[in-house]
Amino acid sequence: MSAASTAYSVGEASPRVKWIAGILVIAYALVALIPLVWIFLTGFKSPPDSIAYPPEVLFTPTLEGYVNLFTTRSRQTPEYINSLGPPQSWYDALVRERNMVITGPSRFIDRYQNSVIIGFGSTFLAVFLGTLAAYGFSRFKVPLKDDLMFFILSTRMMPPIAVAIPIFLMYRQLGLSDTALGLILLYTAVNLSLSVWLLKGFIDEIPREYEEAALVDGYTRLQAFVKVVLPQMRAGIAATAIFCLIFSWNEYAFALLLTSGEAQTAPPFIPLIIGEGGLDWPAVAAGTTLFLLPVVIFTVLLRNQLLRGITFGAVRK
Amino acid sequence: MAVGTIDRIAERAARITPFGAANRMRGLSDRAIAWIFIMPSILILLAINIFPLLWTVYLSFTNYRANQPGRPVQWIGTANYERILSSGDIWGYLQVTAHFVVWTMLIQVALGLGLALLINRGFKTSSFWTTVILIPMMLSPAVVGTFWTYLYQPQTGIFSYIIDVFANVGAVDMIGSIHLAPWAIVIVDTWMWTPYIMLLCLAGLRSIPAYLYEAAEIDRANGLQKFWYVTLPRVLPFLMLAVLFRGIENFKMFDMVVELTSGGPGSATELASINLKREAFESWRTGYSSAYAVILFVTVFGLGNIYVKALNRVKS
Amino acid sequence: MRAWKTAIAACAIAMCGSASAAYAQDKTITLCWAAWDPANALVELSKEFTAKSGIKMKFEFVPWTNFADRMLNELNSRGKLCDLMIGDSQWIGGGAVYGHYVKLNDFFAKENISMDDFLPATVYAYSTWPKGSKNYYALPAMGDAVGWVYRKDWFARPEIQAEFKKKYNRDLAPPKNWTELKEIGEFFQGREIDGKKVYGAAIYTERGSEGITMGATDAMYPFGFTYEKTPGKYDMEGAVNSPDAVAGLEFYKSLYKCCTPPGHSDAYMTEDLDAYKSGQTALQMNFFAFFPGIAKDPNVGGEKSGYFANPPQKVEGSTLGGQGISVVAYSDKKAEALEYIKWFAQPDVQAKWWKLGGFSCHVKVAGAPDFPKSTPFAGEFLKAMGSVKDFWQEPTYAELLQAMQKRVHDYVVADKGTAKEALDALIKDWTATFKDDGKL
Repeated sequence: MSAASTAYSVGEASPRVKWIAGILVIAYALVALIPLVWIFLTGFKSPPDSIAYPPEVLFTPTLEGYVNLFTTRSRQTPEYINSLGPPQSWYDALVRERNMVITGPSRFIDRYQNSVIIGFGSTFLAVFLGTLAAYGFSRFKVPLKDDLMFFILSTRMMPPIAVAIPIFLMYRQLGLSDTALGLILLYTAVNLSLSVWLLKGFIDEIPREYEEAALVDGYTRLQAFVKVVLPQMRAGIAATAIFCLIFSWNEYAFALLLTSGEAQTAPPFIPLIIGEGGLDWPAVAAGTTLFLLPVVIFTVLLRNQLLRGITFGAVRK
Repeated sequence: MAVGTIDRIAERAARITPFGAANRMRGLSDRAIAWIFIMPSILILLAINIFPLLWTVYLSFTNYRANQPGRPVQWIGTANYERILSSGDIWGYLQVTAHFVVWTMLIQVALGLGLALLINRGFKTSSFWTTVILIPMMLSPAVVGTFWTYLYQPQTGIFSYIIDVFANVGAVDMIGSIHLAPWAIVIVDTWMWTPYIMLLCLAGLRSIPAYLYEAAEIDRANGLQKFWYVTLPRVLPFLMLAVLFRGIENFKMFDMVVELTSGGPGSATELASINLKREAFESWRTGYSSAYAVILFVTVFGLGNIYVKALNRVKS
Repeated sequence: MRAWKTAIAACAIAMCGSASAAYAQDKTITLCWAAWDPANALVELSKEFTAKSGIKMKFEFVPWTNFADRMLNELNSRGKLCDLMIGDSQWIGGGAVYGHYVKLNDFFAKENISMDDFLPATVYAYSTWPKGSKNYYALPAMGDAVGWVYRKDWFARPEIQAEFKKKYNRDLAPPKNWTELKEIGEFFQGREIDGKKVYGAAIYTERGSEGITMGATDAMYPFGFTYEKTPGKYDMEGAVNSPDAVAGLEFYKSLYKCCTPPGHSDAYMTEDLDAYKSGQTALQMNFFAFFPGIAKDPNVGGEKSGYFANPPQKVEGSTLGGQGISVVAYSDKKAEALEYIKWFAQPDVQAKWWKLGGFSCHVKVAGAPDFPKSTPFAGEFLKAMGSVKDFWQEPTYAELLQAMQKRVHDYVVADKGTAKEALDALIKDWTATFKDDGKL
């Protein structure tokens, strides 16, 4: 690049410009991080610390929020608590300091587990079916191909609440309300449009010559697909899977309307984490932290695939 | 490729092929394979997207109520539509929605484009900070809405505290005041989704070949001119795409706002989707809310199409 | 490929999970209720049932602001999550008419459970549909009404007493009417107590579910608000928007404006409890159900708090809370669920229920001569229950409630229009709903 030699060329910014740009970007990033850091810290506060004014940056960390997140408790008189004998565990002791006794585990683990099952189940289906369909659209002459592709895309334009009305009626009839299977199917359908479009883009990039060579070598079409195309798509599949997973993990409206207990996922549940007779912000923060953490880790570890998927998907469309 | 590897892959493929044996498909024509590959997806979309949509359209012409099993379903023509279109309340919710969509887009475009231009300067560690900036958009909107209610608490929240420290205005009741609440939801959405606009702008910036700038250099263009004549035309299609996607999403916005303000105070943040949810799943006016849903869908679709036409003009 | 395997495994778990769950809970029934103090007491109480019958209990508790929404959705989707439902009083119409609840008359007759054993007001409110008929869809489980808590310790301080007397020319004591209540609120608003700024009253202003309706009606009933001119005729013009009703609503707004803590624009039970327990307010509006918990509270419990029933203005009136327990019609385990109700209806179980913090409606408990003295709030509870009024219990209650939530919140919190305009608009909304439902 010859222009790079002059200081004010655009190809390479001057050190001072870079420096200022860096400061501004980092400042934005730090401000954007405050809410997340604050929630993380709140998870380790005691309930009184969490509503102190001015807000406390320095505090004595406690696991009360996490204990409250995983248990249900009830308030008792000190006499009753003394009659119970010594606490059985550190969390028992922690709870008793607030005149409470643990009455059982909370529903958080169940909801979290539902999120995992439904998230991975629907991601698997969406990517599996999406890969097949994308290959079909990319490599074969399909009648009305453009219309079908547009049809697939347009299914994403509907407000979830609008779709939820007939889905609710349908699931009620089929007995799919409040089942993991119902949500898996629904999320699969929602993710399919994205997955077909993204994956078709990735397959289009793979030269047809590879497969044709394989076909000449005596492979069947299916063998060529499995042995030649699939291995080349690994990055594309990974990127697509992350998107599907994040959508299913985060989805709220359908989960709110179509599940009530057995199959409820974490997003509609987290707002409901409140302590006995009062808002328990540390427990909410603890639940939020545990729920967001996997996504944050995912984002940092798989940033390259993510970036590729976001820009690629948008530009393709 | 070693033959052994191929066999192993084939074996594995056979195991994950749902119809059992790949062998059975060995002799299939391309045409058959194409249909076998495409049909499951089309069927699922038909069953879970298109059939429900048609059902919604049908229901929108009836007085059906999902919570009243015994009640006869009557065809009432366009009565639901007339009732919605003549309702002043619903017009108000659409205005609230428009305020939300327009302002989130304006602010996010300004911030996102600015950030992209800065990041594109390529300072050290820029890729790390880009990743950090991305985090909010990966999070669950409902959970984000929940914890922002905590940050917004007028007496104990950090948001109010920081504003007070800098502006000395006392406790700021972001979600309790009818004047501030519409901005409270704009702020949270901006926090979440500016990275998305930024990312697409960045993709646009990186698609600009260096020789264009070199040519501008030769023409002695100054920085602003370069931005206006070289950068912007190339970035605009990307930017407009980003706005299209986010605009549609924000028009449909439900989860974040419902957890943050539940439409209040009064109806200051009652977005169309929130109101639709009340009508459909709290009042159970199924026919009426189906018509409501159709109207919203047609609006998104119509606005989207107009926008895409404009986008194509920009592109060419 | 590893990701694929994980996904397949997850799928398999999902399928088995849903199948095995159906078999494993043969002898387990699920009870659904709101997540609040009494629910914890019920868990404690129900251990005895499991010990006696061998039927295990599962509980699904949802916070109040989501309770109606979630549980009515569950009933309308004909779900099998709940075998027993302690549904809110207003659901009884829909529960009966839409077939969500099992009619209990035959069961009561067979098991010799008499509705005469329960306080008449609670039977009327929690069990019957049509109202006042002999068709029972629930057993009164939890009596409740909106009442008030005040800081007895602050009221007792001589310097505060003296200042109050100077200003209002009477002793600072629980208010005898709403005007006095507001004066007390104004008196405490912004005052420094023990170096902390405090406020008048924590009241209901919540928008999303039913909060502000429960709060505003609590003021409007004593001012003379009624739903109909002639009961059962749905003639709301002149009742819902009567000058008395307008005055009541205006009064509630003035109380919100003068005497609540900052940021109190979306408060319901938990927010009010928070504000009061953290020592922010002198008064708190809340359901009696929370009073046992307040009495035990380390910060404001014991002698620090006093209780009073909703004060009258023109007439006596309190907003009704409370619930009956019903068997869900879609349940596969109705027999076990009925067995629970049979057990729950026994007088000694009811007595223990009251002891643990539940408000029993049984005459042998709440009607006993020593009941009013048994706790600091029991007498006030009986007083409130004597004049309770409930929101519409119509099958279309959710729709009616939503309209009121919007109109009242728009007026009280968001400063839109006048009280008269809000109530006029409300009549229009309600008329449309009743027309749709064929009642008008």
